[in-house]
Amino acid sequence: MTLPSERHVLIIFPHPDDEAFSVAGIARLYHQMGVPVTYACLTLGEMGRNLGNPPFATRESLPEIRRKELIAACEAMAIPDLRMMGLRDKTIEFEDDEKMVQLVTALIEELNPSVIYSFYPHYAVHPDHEATARAVKEAVRRIDKEKRPRLLGCAFANNTLAELGEPHVVVDIKSVGHHKLRALQAHASQTGWMMAETAKRVDDGETPADSWLSIEKFYVVQQDDELGEPIQRVHY
Amino acid sequence: MKEVHIETLQELLNSFANKDVFIHLETTNGAYASHFDTKVFNAGAFIRNAKIRYELGKVIDDMPHRIGLKMEHGWVYAQGITHYELDEHGRLLMAGLDYTGKLAIALEISETPFSY
Repeated sequence: MTLPSERHVLIIFPHPDDEAFSVAGIARLYHQMGVPVTYACLTLGEMGRNLGNPPFATRESLPEIRRKELIAACEAMAIPDLRMMGLRDKTIEFEDDEKMVQLVTALIEELNPSVIYSFYPHYAVHPDHEATARAVKEAVRRIDKEKRPRLLGCAFANNTLAELGEPHVVVDIKSVGHHKLRALQAHASQTGWMMAETAKRVDDGETPADSWLSIEKFYVVQQDDELGEPIQRVHY
Repeated sequence: MKEVHIETLQELLNSFANKDVFIHLETTNGAYASHFDTKVFNAGAFIRNAKIRYELGKVIDDMPHRIGLKMEHGWVYAQGITHYELDEHGRLLMAGLDYTGKLAIALEISETPFSY
């Protein structure tokens, strides 16, 4: 099946690099289809721990490094509209919940997306991911049922497969895998160690343990008033 | 940042004593610690731009280093410091980097507030 076209795609994640792992391939595919894509990145990953030893950054210089990496990654993903929302890493869950919902609502009202990609509540591991997922889900819930954009969530908690089953939407991104690799590489301050490890495995004759460069997978986030409705599992 | 040089760092700590200063102190296992290892009890703490005044600051010559700041009514201390620098804004940045290069602890002192 071919990926359906969209009116506008809105991606919302809290940290620079969340998007590269989750939606880099699909963002590039939308670009090739001429679909407008906006990425709202809530923080600059100011609390990232990878400073290197010997260190290449300090706690104070890291945000500027990550800002540049984010811009470079968006070029690799061909995301033309990057919004840096100015929140601070590791604090999103402590922000006023209504303010977070309003932040998402304002983006939805401005862009009128037909689909939103974010995290799936309760299966997104990091407190910032969960807070983002909650705000996005609530903002979508407040929209009339017939007018709601589809909400697709990334889930990677250890109990995801056991409790949610197989992903609802699986997208083959092999044709743009090299763009995704470039996006991941652009986030060198966070992904450098992982990319080196992956390259070593490939050198050793193994394929990368994860299928990051070949598929991207999502779950449909349903609101309470949609729970009875069947979810069709699709592969694109 | 460079590896701690005790005498130089001690001089820098002295230079901020008896002044109103802003501190940044954090320690963390990383948000994913208990995702990768369910036996890890994940705890951390973060304080940024707290204004303090210390009368005595001391770095201890163990590896990784401990740093204590004695205040009129209390203490601030950090354990696990390996690296430091005086940055271009005159701020004393100290960090403890683990063997894989991940920040385990940071203690920073500045006469002006740190960015948001």
